[in-house]
Amino acid sequence: MGKIKSALLNNKIAQAGLLAVFVLVTAAAVYLMDKSVVAFLLLLGSLLLLYYTTFSNTVKWIVAGVLLIAVIPFATSGGPSYDAYMEVATQCGIYIAMALGLNIVVGFAGLLDMGFVAFFAVGAYTYGIFATGQANNFISGELFPLSGGTFWIFILIGGFMAGLFGILLGLPVLRVKGDYLAIVTLGFGEIIRIIFNNLEKPVNITNGAMGLSSIQPPNLFGFQFTFPHQFYFIVLAILGIVIFAVRRLEHSRLGRSWKAVRENEIAAQSMGIPLIRTKLTAFAIGASFSGMMGVVFAAKQTFIDPTSFTLVESTTILVMVVLGGMGSVPGVILGASLVTILHLQVLTEFTNWLNQLSMQGVINVPTALSPAKMQRLIFGLILILVAIFRPNGLISAKNRKVSLDRAHEQHSASSNAASLNK
Amino acid sequence: MISSILQTLPQVLIDGLALGAIYAVVALGYTMVYGILELINFAHGEIFMTGAFVGTSVLLLFQSFGWLGGMPAWISYLLIILIAMMFTGALGVGIERVAYRPLRKAPKLISLISAFGVSFVLQDVVRFIAELKTGNYIVSSHSLFNQRITLGTSSLGSIFGDATIKSNTIIILIVALLLMVGLDLFVNRTRWGVAMRAVAQDRETASLMSINVNKVIVLTFFIGSALGGATGVLFAQQYGTIDPYIGFILGMKAFTAAVLGGIGNIRGAIFGGFVIGILEMFASSNLGILTSGNFGAEYKDVFAFMILIIVLIFKPEGLFGKAVKEKV
Repeated sequence: MGKIKSALLNNKIAQAGLLAVFVLVTAAAVYLMDKSVVAFLLLLGSLLLLYYTTFSNTVKWIVAGVLLIAVIPFATSGGPSYDAYMEVATQCGIYIAMALGLNIVVGFAGLLDMGFVAFFAVGAYTYGIFATGQANNFISGELFPLSGGTFWIFILIGGFMAGLFGILLGLPVLRVKGDYLAIVTLGFGEIIRIIFNNLEKPVNITNGAMGLSSIQPPNLFGFQFTFPHQFYFIVLAILGIVIFAVRRLEHSRLGRSWKAVRENEIAAQSMGIPLIRTKLTAFAIGASFSGMMGVVFAAKQTFIDPTSFTLVESTTILVMVVLGGMGSVPGVILGASLVTILHLQVLTEFTNWLNQLSMQGVINVPTALSPAKMQRLIFGLILILVAIFRPNGLISAKNRKVSLDRAHEQHSASSNAASLNK
Repeated sequence: MISSILQTLPQVLIDGLALGAIYAVVALGYTMVYGILELINFAHGEIFMTGAFVGTSVLLLFQSFGWLGGMPAWISYLLIILIAMMFTGALGVGIERVAYRPLRKAPKLISLISAFGVSFVLQDVVRFIAELKTGNYIVSSHSLFNQRITLGTSSLGSIFGDATIKSNTIIILIVALLLMVGLDLFVNRTRWGVAMRAVAQDRETASLMSINVNKVIVLTFFIGSALGGATGVLFAQQYGTIDPYIGFILGMKAFTAAVLGGIGNIRGAIFGGFVIGILEMFASSNLGILTSGNFGAEYKDVFAFMILIIVLIFKPEGLFGKAVKEKV
């Protein structure tokens, strides 16, 4: 086994061949079969395989792009369950972007935010209120609903609003010690939900528990986005930007100060890092990713109400980050995909299968034990087990190495130049 | 407006005292664990909830055996509380052993995540069992003491209205008082209490003074969780219906109480519990009147969290706590 592994690691052509065969087989299976969750998951797994190849980063990104933009949409378009597959992929994208946002807060800056879904709600309601007739209640002039063309601007506005809420929450809260932060953000998540649930009087802003319905779908030059396979591309585009931004941020001056604050606040402060400002930017940037995806979520569902933004949702996102590996971008992407798929596909399919079995009378599973209801148990167990046995997650975070020789060379080169100039 | 607030004031105070006593005893569990391990025991709210369920199921069991008629109600009440305390105490010790002890040297973030996971697991396990046994996860039980006594508070002055007090409220106050005084005596007067305070002050030095730190931590978890379980029984008896998710919000409010009184400070936690309880009752019955119907009782939870945030900003060490300088 070890021999095969080392032979594969040294032989790029073999890797490419293996990957191509894997993609071809799984894509063909997805294309030809009516509905096969396994084949679809294996096709998505090709991306993980790609991550473990030894190609250069550019090649990996190009191949991943081809897989995501062309191969996966084409392969799934064959059968009647096209939109079911695409729905899963779209949800994955939304959750990955949110998990990457939370990863900035929890993974990079080490601030445990347990009410993260509040920012998602802010984004969703920002679009929801103005893209339905709801805003007519407090802005006169029957201007609303705004047309679907404004969706693209609202992605930015939603991100901005969520970022603003992040700063508003962060300003008082980030002064307190780390472990209080967890409980305050937990409270904040609940406050936002309670407020959205009750803000129908004195002015009807959120329509309370009834929620907002028939939200305008996005519209680009007259083209309406209504189906999941159309939203897939919107999500993919935003996700691309988010991943690019996160990777740039991680190794920037700001990213390094986040990590310094995470490791030791006092030491970081004495190295001249402005503590509050650094934490606030982490809060604001993380929140804005979540807000952007909130806008997409509202447009995709065309209906939102406060039950979509509960504590369980916040925890789901936290589980994604913890499972994948706090502070590790590829890890968080993997964690988010795994948890979303588990949540949407595996648990529901398993429940359906069990229900079929009990209908046929093979076994009798009481409804109390139906796996679809077990989210809390599963997520709780994942949190405990990962914390105890694998605190770095599935793919642990790596700091970019700066080779000592190169640093020396640069240093001596500059000092040589300085001495020459004398 | 003021007159209507004053009319209901005696009732608000009595209900607030009952709720405050519950918060105070739950807050004790948070504050003890935090004082010793510097860890927010997220699962404590769920331990309270488990206590409520255990108490209710023991009550139902007694009922099905027909024992309730055979002995005085206060004996069965006492038995139920004791059984619930033993159960939740053991549960707390188990949680510490499985989910917290392996992480004692790990970063704070990791142990918080584990604690959060425990609370989710407990919620779901209790839901399974309740749903399997009764078909519904919302369980209601009958109250052992449900006489209502009318207090003639209107004789104090015509601006006050009359208040009614449930006999269970009196029991809550008595039991809570006994638990609090007992804990205070235990911590301040016994050898184990001295050991506990020593471990809270400096774990390593305490271990050099031949104190078995692990034993002290286990004892702390046992006592804190048993107190939580006992309050769960009182809560179930007072309000009648329980579900597996009551622990979460109540736990957060109790934590607010602990922070308000200065976390790690036992008397502070008791004071904080009563303050939060009375303020919450006041808010839930009067917010609607004060804002002329625009914001009603549904904002009472928001109110409690606002107190938490305000305390953390202006006086993070709490009313009775000592400000701690952070060491490098």
